[in-house]
Amino acid sequence: MTTRPKTHRFDTLSLHAGSRPDPATGARATPIYQTTSFVFPDTDHAAALFNMERPGHVYSRLSNPTCAVLEERIAALEGGIGAIATASGQAALHLAIVTLMSAGSHIVASRSLYGGSHNLLDYTLPRFGIETTFVDPRDLDAWAGAIRPNTRLLFGETLGNPGLEVLDIARVAALAHANGLPLLVDSTFTTPWLIRPFEHGADLVVHSATKFLSGHGTVIGGLLVDAGTFDWNADGVREKFPTLTQPYAGFHDMVFAEESSTGAFLLRARREGVRDFGACMAPMTAFHILQGIETLPVRMARHVENARAIVAFLREHPFVSDVGYPELATHPDNALAARLLPRGAGAVFSFNLRGTREQGRRFIEALRLFSHLANVGDAKSLVIHPASTTHFRMSGDDLRRAGITEGTIRLSIGLEDRADLIDDLSRALNAASKA
Amino acid sequence: MRFDVAGKSVYAYSGTRAFVRGRPTVVLVHGAANDHGVFAYQSRYFAWHGMNCVAVDLPGHGRSGGDALESVEALADWLRDVFDALDVPEVHLVGHSLGSLAALECASRHGERVRRLALLGPSVPMPVSDDLLGAAARNDHVAYELINAWSFAAGSQIGGNPVPGMWMTGNAMRLMERTHDGVLSTDLVACNRYANGLEAAARVRCPTLVILGARDIMAPTRNAKALIDALPDVTTVTLPETGHSLMAERPDQVLDALRRFLPVNPAT
Repeated sequence: MTTRPKTHRFDTLSLHAGSRPDPATGARATPIYQTTSFVFPDTDHAAALFNMERPGHVYSRLSNPTCAVLEERIAALEGGIGAIATASGQAALHLAIVTLMSAGSHIVASRSLYGGSHNLLDYTLPRFGIETTFVDPRDLDAWAGAIRPNTRLLFGETLGNPGLEVLDIARVAALAHANGLPLLVDSTFTTPWLIRPFEHGADLVVHSATKFLSGHGTVIGGLLVDAGTFDWNADGVREKFPTLTQPYAGFHDMVFAEESSTGAFLLRARREGVRDFGACMAPMTAFHILQGIETLPVRMARHVENARAIVAFLREHPFVSDVGYPELATHPDNALAARLLPRGAGAVFSFNLRGTREQGRRFIEALRLFSHLANVGDAKSLVIHPASTTHFRMSGDDLRRAGITEGTIRLSIGLEDRADLIDDLSRALNAASKA
Repeated sequence: MRFDVAGKSVYAYSGTRAFVRGRPTVVLVHGAANDHGVFAYQSRYFAWHGMNCVAVDLPGHGRSGGDALESVEALADWLRDVFDALDVPEVHLVGHSLGSLAALECASRHGERVRRLALLGPSVPMPVSDDLLGAAARNDHVAYELINAWSFAAGSQIGGNPVPGMWMTGNAMRLMERTHDGVLSTDLVACNRYANGLEAAARVRCPTLVILGARDIMAPTRNAKALIDALPDVTTVTLPETGHSLMAERPDQVLDALRRFLPVNPAT
């Protein structure tokens, strides 16, 4: 038996990965390189940077030293090869899609998605010739049946929004790979502290870093991470992904899959997607997200502990009809969650009131600690009514299929004292029941 | 670019430039369980500065066909066959790790074909630990983990990649994981068994550049001393705070050392 070498563990990587003391000043915190551009030492060096003969920073839309630290850090935490920081989670999802496909392509996606992702896939991308078939994330036959010859991607969320359907990543990934396709997973609700999708077979991961990664509700940002495992040049695959396997006129006929066996996707995403679409992350934003990630392990542990306490309180409350949390035996994915999410099923969940829509309104307005807003993953506890806000564009049928009713309330549990949160919920539930 | 050697298809990265007869040619040879991509930046520089760049995938590696060759001597003769297939009378030869041994032996055996020789992370001998050989023979993933742990300096293990957004050790791991079962073992056994390094070095007649990583654990600098002493015309560059993955950890410094040594034409 050969002894495994010691490598840095998750909590250490959360603090250090990608970062070294600033060589110019000795600053220990990652400096905010608030600059658009970087001076070239000479003309030969400048040309070499543009032509990928040397690595380095040219212009902060393409890359920036502060953002690069964040990109390395999330890649390290996810177990990937690299990442690209984007202006938002939506920008990360868009970047993944446009890097892989063009008009005439097709995506198979879970129907339990964040409303913004659903909008992009269902309403916006068809205008650019990219269609999506939505499937029940639990129904592997539905995933398989939806794959067409022009399918280029399978996409789901680790925990569906808002029903918390647990994606069986290994089975969906195996199906994707059997069809020569990559699986993209949105791990916003889970973060790498709860699950590392690459270890289960996912090929690409997107995050809305706005949520738990930054963790304080202060910045908008996204991250796109590549496992580096998908073989874009494999027989039966390379024809599907000409953006990676054919010469690209936009960069001296570079063939990205030849340039790098592992990094082709990220090369194209940066050299074309970020360059041309321009949805880059600001260095100040990257700094805030790095600050958040430094405490991710301790925050996530507390988020989950508090969420469990709130779930236990709500499921016993007479004015609550049901609570949807994968750690409950009543949740359809309870066994899968126990296997994939041993540290916990996150801190965002929904429950249904026994009451009218008016009583639901009264409940939300009676809360004092929970903030009524459209976000999750803040250090502060949050509440929202999905049917009238985040998912309001969806039809009644789509809402039902996504597990959303008029009485559904979504909570994002923060880091407050859990007794205070329970007091707040108790007071609001009483107020609602009397309304 | 693709060409055949001994009936097997060989892939070589050319920096997306056409091969131009009459231009100086640089052949770059990767190490164990790697492929041409480890030289990506250096390759593009040479290809766009007046040279033909041929960053080969060794047999059984990357996109090349065939089985991995079992000895450094066989790799050296295979490189000569590559020169023949390209129909180039002489080349500038750059090798890393196992590739450095193959390049050294090639320059010794086929000295008339090698104009300049650059050895990156060489060690003569290049002993491989029993633990690593055993794990590789079992196709145990821990072999890759050991190589990764020993191939990057402590600073590189924590990040700060010169390539924006890329996690150095993660990328190195994925590249190794792509090799077929048995390839790493064959490569490491070839390194471990190679006993002719000092004799080969003494027969090298061309100028030689040796680039070392001061923090190299895979091929410690002390193991290159006898080699350097044996080479008749040698220049040594030691990169501080650098491990065995020289091209990944210090792409600019490696390129700068090579471009001072090779007939680069900055004007092209």
